[in-house]
Amino acid sequence: MAAKGTSLRQYALTRLALVVPMVLILLTLVFLLMRVAPGDPVSASLGGHAPPAVINQIKHKLGFDKPLYVQYVQYLGNVGRGNFGTAINPAQPVSEIIKVNGTATLELTLYAMIIAITVGVAIGLLAGRFRDTPVDSGGRLFGIIIYATPIFFLGLMAQLFFGVYLGWLPVSGRASPLTQATLTTHTNIYTIDAIIDRNWAALGDVLRHMILPAFTLGLVTAGVFIRLIRINVIRTMKDDYIEAARARGINERSVVYHHAFRNALVPVITIIGLQVALLLGGAVLTETTFNWPGIGHELLLYIENRDYAAVQGIIVVFALVVVAVSVVIDFVGAFIDPRIRY
Amino acid sequence: MAVPAETARIETRRSILPRVQRAVAPIREARGMQRTMLWVGAAITSAFVLMALLAPLVSPYHFDQYRSGGTRFPQLAAPSAQHLMGTTVTSYDVFSRVIWGAQTEIKVVLISLVMSLSIGVPLGLISGYFAGKLDRVLVLIMDAMLAFPFLLLAIVIAFLLSDKVGQGILTAAIAITVAYIPLYFRVIRNHVISIREESFVEAARAMGARPFTVIRKYVFFNVIQNVPPLATLNAADAILLLTALGFLGYGIQPTQGAEWGYDISRAVSDASSGIWWTGLFPGLAIVLLVTGLTLLGEGLNETINPVLRRRARTNVEFGPSSPSPVIETETEGP
Repeated sequence: MAAKGTSLRQYALTRLALVVPMVLILLTLVFLLMRVAPGDPVSASLGGHAPPAVINQIKHKLGFDKPLYVQYVQYLGNVGRGNFGTAINPAQPVSEIIKVNGTATLELTLYAMIIAITVGVAIGLLAGRFRDTPVDSGGRLFGIIIYATPIFFLGLMAQLFFGVYLGWLPVSGRASPLTQATLTTHTNIYTIDAIIDRNWAALGDVLRHMILPAFTLGLVTAGVFIRLIRINVIRTMKDDYIEAARARGINERSVVYHHAFRNALVPVITIIGLQVALLLGGAVLTETTFNWPGIGHELLLYIENRDYAAVQGIIVVFALVVVAVSVVIDFVGAFIDPRIRY
Repeated sequence: MAVPAETARIETRRSILPRVQRAVAPIREARGMQRTMLWVGAAITSAFVLMALLAPLVSPYHFDQYRSGGTRFPQLAAPSAQHLMGTTVTSYDVFSRVIWGAQTEIKVVLISLVMSLSIGVPLGLISGYFAGKLDRVLVLIMDAMLAFPFLLLAIVIAFLLSDKVGQGILTAAIAITVAYIPLYFRVIRNHVISIREESFVEAARAMGARPFTVIRKYVFFNVIQNVPPLATLNAADAILLLTALGFLGYGIQPTQGAEWGYDISRAVSDASSGIWWTGLFPGLAIVLLVTGLTLLGEGLNETINPVLRRRARTNVEFGPSSPSPVIETETEGP
């Protein structure tokens, strides 16, 4: 047991050490990408109408008048200290955007993930278990079609049907104005805020606003899960130990549920981690469709305003989130599966 | 002189035909769901390709036509005999835009596919074959790019290019290309690494073949088999990416061509008044085309990939004692 513990720690340390070059490369890519961009970020973000003196002053304040390598070092130092820069138009620190809009995205993606996992695992397991039966064909077809459906189209149709035609659910925003006014901000994750306040009316309203966006994003993500989990189950069912379990006379039901499914689901944790990038991309579309004030929504706004500083800050945050999630997922994977070691 | 040339030609024909037959054999041998997926996917995809090619002939109006014979089309008219799928707020005929849209999507996706293949495949070949420092650096960069959400990468590229190149087919294609290069690079590189150690490659090296000859003659054709299914699945993905860019306003400009994603973004404001036809039809077109490409790609994948392949039942009789899995009823491929 001691040896096992050591190797897990070693794995964790090696994995963490590998994060450093990855993050450095991502940061450098973002920096270079934003610098090769044509045009002058400051005057562009001010709409090109500001007097030169003002532009120069802002440039000086933001350090855009310094040589590139100085800017690069400063940028790395700032990111290292958790300073992601300041948006120019509308002016606010990027960290503030993350705190306010990032939590909105977090809440949305968490719910979407729950839906994606529930639907994806259930259908994927069934399709893999009953390979080449109508269950399998149906499950696969559902997976393919739902994945082929653009998030914004599914969202639009959901809005039309549940929002406009049936009138059951709200189609935009995180909460109704009344709830927004009564809800106090603790975490800015509305579900939790409402529970802390024991404000049940607000909780109901928040959840009603959540249904359409979360299902839209969750179902589309489930399409990927179905495909991957199905293949995993098929592969596991062919393994020798399944044959061995059957040979020992264990009934088929137990073989499938206790031996096959459990092992088929271990790699799924990694798969889920890999989908975080996809989910974040999807969140941008979901937020636009449902007017959800998340970080993707904000990113598009700043792109619209040609605010390079904000765009750079927000993509750096996106990149860091993706890296952080992949590290956590690898840790969990290594913890569960002792074969995963360097 | 004429006779040897003639025989030579016959010989090449003879030697090529069996090779082609061997290459398509798995497709002919495909059975069951695989076969259905393959053919349904091929049918849907070719229908859209035909629609794209014949758009000027089959479409009743041009994609940016809002009047005919001096009279303006009605705004937001419901589907009717005149306008099969209704009209938009700017009086465009939705049916015509759906047809012309196929042309735009397929054009952009083809361009980006060719570009990302012609950059990603050679890079993967070189990086995988020569290994060393270059490989390590390329892998780090490509992994970093892969870690990044595709859509965000494409948005940022489109945003950066829109100032310089302008928004259009080329910008959209480049944005999609950049997002997919790392994928091809990674798949090709990993495959090259496993093939590099095979004995036939070693034999070629031992016989003194130069590295590029080895890559061209031995490695390339072994690796390239993976590309058709991957490229087909990526084409499906690329269409989703292009329509997403269009939806967010970073894709094809409305004056340059009809684009389904852009049309849906226009339809969002119609939805609140219960107008469904401006969004439904372009959306269904996306779903159908992407489904078709995915079915084709998955079908190809399972047909070519021996692990997943299922062949037609051969007449091999197993004795009664042969282990027959309970669930599997068909004969497995190797």
